[in-house]
Amino acid sequence: MAFDQEKDQFRVLGTRPDRPDGLDKVTGKARYGADMSASGMLHGAIVRSPHAHARIVKIDASKALAMKGVKAVVTRADFPDGQKGEDWNIMENCMAGERALYDGHAVAAVAATTPWLARDAAKAVEVEYEILPHVTDVDKAMQDGAPVIREGAANYSVPEGMHPNVVRFIEFGHGDVEKGFEEADVVMENSYTTEATHQGYIEPHACLAQMGSDGRGELWCCTQGHWFVRRMSAACLGIEVSKLRVTPSEIGGGFGGKTTVFIDPVALALSRKADRPVKIVMSREEVLRATGPTAAASMDVKIGMTKDGKMTAGKAVFRMTGGAFPMAPVDSALACAFACYDLENVQHEGYDVMSNRPKQAAYRAPGSPMAAFAVESLVDEMCRELKLDPLEVRLKNAAKEGTKSSAGPTYPRIGLVETLEAAKAHPHFTAPLGPNQGRGIASGYWMNWGGETSVSLALSEDGTVTVSVGTPDIGGSRASVAMMAAEALGVEYEDVRVNVVETGALGVNEPTHGSRATFATGLATIEAATQAKKTLCERAAAKWGIDAEAVIWEDGCAKPSGPNAGEFPPLSIGEICAKMGRTGGPISGHFEATPMGFGGSFGTHIVDVEVDPETGHTSVVRYTVVQDAGKAIHPSYVEGQFQGGAAQGIGWALNEEYIYGEDGRLQNPIFLDYRVPVASDLPMIDTVIVEVPNPGHPYGVRGVGETGITPPLPAIANAVADATGQRLRGLPVSPPKILAAIKG
Amino acid sequence: MSLVHVTTKVNGDEAEFLCEPRETLLDVLRDRLGLTGSKEGCGTGDCGACSVTIDGRLVSSCLVLGVEAEGKEIATIEGMAQGEALHPLQRKFIEHAALQCGFCTPGILVAAKSLLEKDPDPSEEDIRYWLAGNLCRCTGYDKIVRAVQDAAKEMREGV
Repeated sequence: MAFDQEKDQFRVLGTRPDRPDGLDKVTGKARYGADMSASGMLHGAIVRSPHAHARIVKIDASKALAMKGVKAVVTRADFPDGQKGEDWNIMENCMAGERALYDGHAVAAVAATTPWLARDAAKAVEVEYEILPHVTDVDKAMQDGAPVIREGAANYSVPEGMHPNVVRFIEFGHGDVEKGFEEADVVMENSYTTEATHQGYIEPHACLAQMGSDGRGELWCCTQGHWFVRRMSAACLGIEVSKLRVTPSEIGGGFGGKTTVFIDPVALALSRKADRPVKIVMSREEVLRATGPTAAASMDVKIGMTKDGKMTAGKAVFRMTGGAFPMAPVDSALACAFACYDLENVQHEGYDVMSNRPKQAAYRAPGSPMAAFAVESLVDEMCRELKLDPLEVRLKNAAKEGTKSSAGPTYPRIGLVETLEAAKAHPHFTAPLGPNQGRGIASGYWMNWGGETSVSLALSEDGTVTVSVGTPDIGGSRASVAMMAAEALGVEYEDVRVNVVETGALGVNEPTHGSRATFATGLATIEAATQAKKTLCERAAAKWGIDAEAVIWEDGCAKPSGPNAGEFPPLSIGEICAKMGRTGGPISGHFEATPMGFGGSFGTHIVDVEVDPETGHTSVVRYTVVQDAGKAIHPSYVEGQFQGGAAQGIGWALNEEYIYGEDGRLQNPIFLDYRVPVASDLPMIDTVIVEVPNPGHPYGVRGVGETGITPPLPAIANAVADATGQRLRGLPVSPPKILAAIKG
Repeated sequence: MSLVHVTTKVNGDEAEFLCEPRETLLDVLRDRLGLTGSKEGCGTGDCGACSVTIDGRLVSSCLVLGVEAEGKEIATIEGMAQGEALHPLQRKFIEHAALQCGFCTPGILVAAKSLLEKDPDPSEEDIRYWLAGNLCRCTGYDKIVRAVQDAAKEMREGV
C-alpha cells in the first residue's frame, strides 16, 4: 500500500470537477439537520441554567405539563444511571444531574406540538437553584480556595497537592533543557493567553428522533460522525447500540464541534416518553452557551537561541480549561508546540483544569493554534531581539525527515522545509509595506489522523459505480472520494456516485475529524476498488478461458497480458458488469481500515496588517497560505480548506472570544457580539499548495483540513508587533488592547 | 393563540397560510410552506442564512413577521433557477467551489442576486460590503467573491 513514487501522472486527481452535491446546495434542496419532518412530530425545547454553578434543589414541571399541547417533560431522572468514564461526562453535559455546572447547562426538556409552544413550556418549568461559588478563569481555577467543580475527577497523573480542579497532568520531552539553555546566547521566557472561541458553524445543532415502544430508535441529525452519535446516545439511554439507527443529514459546518452529542439523547428520551417523533433545533444562543467551544489557555514558553539563530532548547508549560469536564486538548497542544523545530532539548508540562464553562469540543487542530500562538510569538520576539530573519531562523531549525520530533517519534517524509522555501519565494514575502503596516509569518502543524474506516464499493449493471462511505461530507469529500475511485478503476468521475450512508450500512466509522476523511476513506475506497478490479479481471479471464493472472486492468478495461495470454479485445467495465448476474453474481469491493500512515501537514503563513493608530483597529491587507497537501486530489477544495482555516484563525486572533461576566454568565452569546469575520473583514487569501507525498497513502494524500487554523494566531500577532512595535501576548488582539498598548 | 390568515405570493405562485402573529417569515416559509431552502443560523439578523426578498427588497426573513407577507411578493432560493436552468450565480458558485458545507449558500445567493440587480458591475469592495451580512464560516469568502465577480461578468457580457 506504499505510495507509488513512480506514478506522477494522474488522469483524474488534480482536476477540478463540479462537486456532486453542488446542485442541491445552490438550489436549496439539500436537507440539513432541521429540514426533516416526521408524521406526528413534536418539537422539543430545553430548559437551561441561568447560573454558572448551582445546586438543583427542585424541578417542578406541573405548570408546563398542564399547558394544552405539551406532551412530555424529561429531566435527568428519565435517563438511567450507570454510565462510566466519558459516557458519564457526556450524559452529565446533555442533562445536568445534581448541579448545573455552567451558564446554559441543560436541566430539563419539554416536547410540545409546535416550536413556539415548546419554548413557552420550557419557560414554565420551575427550577429552584441554590447558587454556588463559580470560577471560569483557568489560572484562578487552579488556585487555593477556588470552587471545586467536582471532587475526585482527577486521574492518576496529577501530582499530590494540586487543586482538585486539575484533573490531568502531562509531562514529556527529551534531552536536557537546562543544559540547552546554558548553551544559548539568549534565553527568553514569556507568558501567553488565548480565550475560548467557538467553532461557529452556521448550522445550529438539530435532530429528529423517534423511539418506539419496542426500544428501537431512529435518529436523523447533523453530525460529523453518526457512529459516535449512536454509541453516545445509546449509552445515555441505556439501550443496546444496534437498537439505534442514525442517519446523517447534510451538515452545515462542524470544525470538530459536531463530533459529540448535546441534544440527540434528549430528543430520544422525549420521544420515548411521548411515544412520538421529536425534533430539537438549537438557537444560536444555545449553541454558543452550551455546545463545545474550544479551551481557554494560559501558557508559559521558554526558548534558548544562539546569536546565529540556532535553537538550543525549548520548554512549554500549558494550562488549559475545557469547562466543567476533563479533556481540554492540552496534550495535543503540547505535542504540536515545538513540532516545527529540530530540538535536541525540549520539555513539556500540561495541566487540564476544570472550570464553570461549557464542555469543550474539538475545534480544528485542537490545541495546536494556542500552542502556535505562544511558541511562534516567542520565536518572533527572539528574532527581533537578535535581529534575525524569522523565516531564515525557521529554516535553520526546521524539522525534516529523520528528525526526532518534539513529541517523540521520528518524522517520516514531511514538508515543512518546502513550505518555508515556497513562502520565501512568494512575491508577498518581499513586497513593500505601507505606512502603519506590518508583516508577520508563522508556521504550524497538525499530526492528522487515520481512524476506523469502513467503505463499500458496488458496481451497477451498466458499469457505473456506487461508493458507500461513513464519513459525512463537510467540505467536498464526496468529490475527492469519487475522484479517487474513478482514478483507481479507470472510469469517469461522473460515473461514480458517493453516498454517505447510515449506521446500519457499514462497519463502524469514526467521524469526519482529524483531517482524516479524504485520507482514510480515500485509502479504503482505493483498496475496495482494487478488490473489485480483481473480480472484474477474473470474470474476463473466465470468458476468455485463460488464467486470471494473465489479465490486467487498464483504462477501465480488462486486457490480456503476458506471453501466453492470447489475443482478445479488451472488455470494458460496462461489458463485464452487464453480464455479472450470469457470470458469478454481484461485483463489489469492501475494505475496512484503521490506517496509521496519516502524514502530518505543515503550513507557513504570511500576513500583512495595517493598524489604525487612532482606533487600534487592525485590517488584514494581504494574506498568503502555504501548506503541504501531500497530493491535492481536488485542488479547489484544498484551497478552500486553507482559506477557511486562515479565516477562522484570523477571527480568533483579532475578534473572537468568550467573555464571561463577574456572575459567570456568557456576555456575548449571539453573532452580533461574538463576531466572526465577515466578507468585508478579509482580503483575498492567496494559497500555495505544496505537494510532498505522504508515504502512507496510495496517492500520497495528507489531510489538509486543520493545519490552516494554526499559523494565523501568531502570524497576526507578529504582524501587529511589526506594525506597532507593541507585542501583545493575549488574544484576541482587539482594538482596545492595541490602542492601550500604543498609547502606553 | 388564534391564527392569522395570510395571502401572499412566493416565487411567483399564490400562497396562503395560517400563522401565529409572532411567527417569523422564516418560520412560515420553513414550517408552514415547506420551503426549507432558507436557513436559520442565528435568528437575530446577524448571519443572513435566511435572506429572501420582499417585493424585491433584500431582508433577513428571521426579522420579518409572517403576517407582514400579506399582499407581498416573496422570492426565496427555491425560485432562483428557472426550471432546469440555473441562475449564473448558482452555476458560478459550483464552478468556483464557492461553497463547502453549503448552509450559508442559499442566503448568499439570494443576497448576491439582489446586489447584481442593483449594480451589474460591483467592485470587490462592493461585493464584500454587500455580503457583510451573510456569514460563511467555511470558505474565508475568497471563492465566494470570485464567483460573484465571474457571474456578474457573464451577465454583463450576456454570454
